[in-house]
Amino acid sequence: MCLGIPGRIVALDDAEAALATVDVCGVQRQVNLLCVIDDEHPFDACLGDWVLVHVGFAMSRIDDAEAQRTLALLAELGDSDVG
Amino acid sequence: MKYADEFRDGGRAAALIAEIGRLLAQGAAARRRPVRIMEVCGGHTHAIFRYGIEGMLPDALELIHGPGCPVCVLPIGIVDDCVALAERPGVILATFGDAMRVPGSAKSLLQAKADGADVRMVYSPLDALALAHRNPEREIVFFAIGFETTMPATALTIRRAAAERIGNFSVFCNHITIVPAIKAVLDSPDMRLDGFLGPGHVAMVVGAAPFHFVAEYYRRPLVIAGFEPLDILQSIWMVVKQIAEGRCQVENQYARTVPERGNAAALRAVTDVYELREFFEWRGLGSIDHSGVRIRERYAAFDAARKFALPHARIADPRSCQCGEVLKGVIKPWQCKVFGSACTPDHPQGALMVSSEGACAAYYQYAGLRRSQAGAA
Ligand code: SF4
Repeated sequence: MCLGIPGRIVALDDAEAALATVDVCGVQRQVNLLCVIDDEHPFDACLGDWVLVHVGFAMSRIDDAEAQRTLALLAELGDSDVG
Repeated sequence: MKYADEFRDGGRAAALIAEIGRLLAQGAAARRRPVRIMEVCGGHTHAIFRYGIEGMLPDALELIHGPGCPVCVLPIGIVDDCVALAERPGVILATFGDAMRVPGSAKSLLQAKADGADVRMVYSPLDALALAHRNPEREIVFFAIGFETTMPATALTIRRAAAERIGNFSVFCNHITIVPAIKAVLDSPDMRLDGFLGPGHVAMVVGAAPFHFVAEYYRRPLVIAGFEPLDILQSIWMVVKQIAEGRCQVENQYARTVPERGNAAALRAVTDVYELREFFEWRGLGSIDHSGVRIRERYAAFDAARKFALPHARIADPRSCQCGEVLKGVIKPWQCKVFGSACTPDHPQGALMVSSEGACAAYYQYAGLRRSQAGAA
């Protein structure tokens, strides 16, 4: 139920309703962006963003720097184990 | 798939498992029993079985599958209310797929549909609102379930309906909140847990702060976890490391998706549309204070519970069903008397057999355990 899937915003459809098209693994569907936009990051700035999609709404903008940090930590663990 | 495949690497998984084993071995002599970690969220339960994570872990570690599946904790009385709504002439009842198979006292929504009620499966509450646009002569009722993750979507849909002045759309709101359930689990006398994997997508909405009581008051580590296999293993490793170092903290493994403070816009919508209920009845766990929300007066026109008369019967769980004990981790699913015999995914007795996030269905589907085998063990 709390399933969320990462997807990329590939088209901005309707600014008034905050609707955009998101590509999730090659499947495109319309999602609502109200939870990921604000004055600093308005609707028009969202094209290309990676977001976490849940029941038709983008619920979080995925932070690539944090993703890389987590992966780096995992890599470190693996290396220390081998060494 | 980006942000998924990188978190599924087998070599990294092996390194993590070795590291978890090494940390567990350190304290093993003093402990004399496995370390018990509860994954609160059904999404984690599903992933743990799907990727066979439980079988990879050392014996010194036991995962307890928690109450975090909104479908699995739906009381029978609420399913009955829903069936009554669906069977009203003129009504289209829309809901998520999982909710349709939960057994009520007479039937599930799926059976009501087979008997002629107009029940539709939707992917999003916005799809239910679209049904209202397309069918102006019908009443559309959206059966809303889910934790904090899903609440904002329903809230924003209600706000949209209000802005559009839609007259034929309402929501039967049964959203629940996970934090009081974690507290209930911690307070339960038959429970011994050493740490938690925190629900990543709930935290994405509410942030880390609501979980601090687990570390501060109950002195248990909690790690907010993502849903890919490496996310889960890394989170388990982080919990085990805290235990080994004698720490109790809330840590965030899933920082790429979970900002420390959650999602402000989503929380504003939630506060605008809902208020806390005094209590909410959970299947298997009983009544838990302040664990559900209802729609505020200002959105009364969109509240199906106000708009329609509902039976509101409170119906006890069937006697044969041991869902509550499984939910609290007191017994394993295959130890339930009806697991795999009277209760299967095709004919569920209890809700834990309905959704792939329920521990029983997950065991049945992925672990390949049948009662006969389990009984021999
Ligand atoms: S086997 Fe069925 S009745 Fe028993 S605990 Fe699981 S879901 Fe409930």
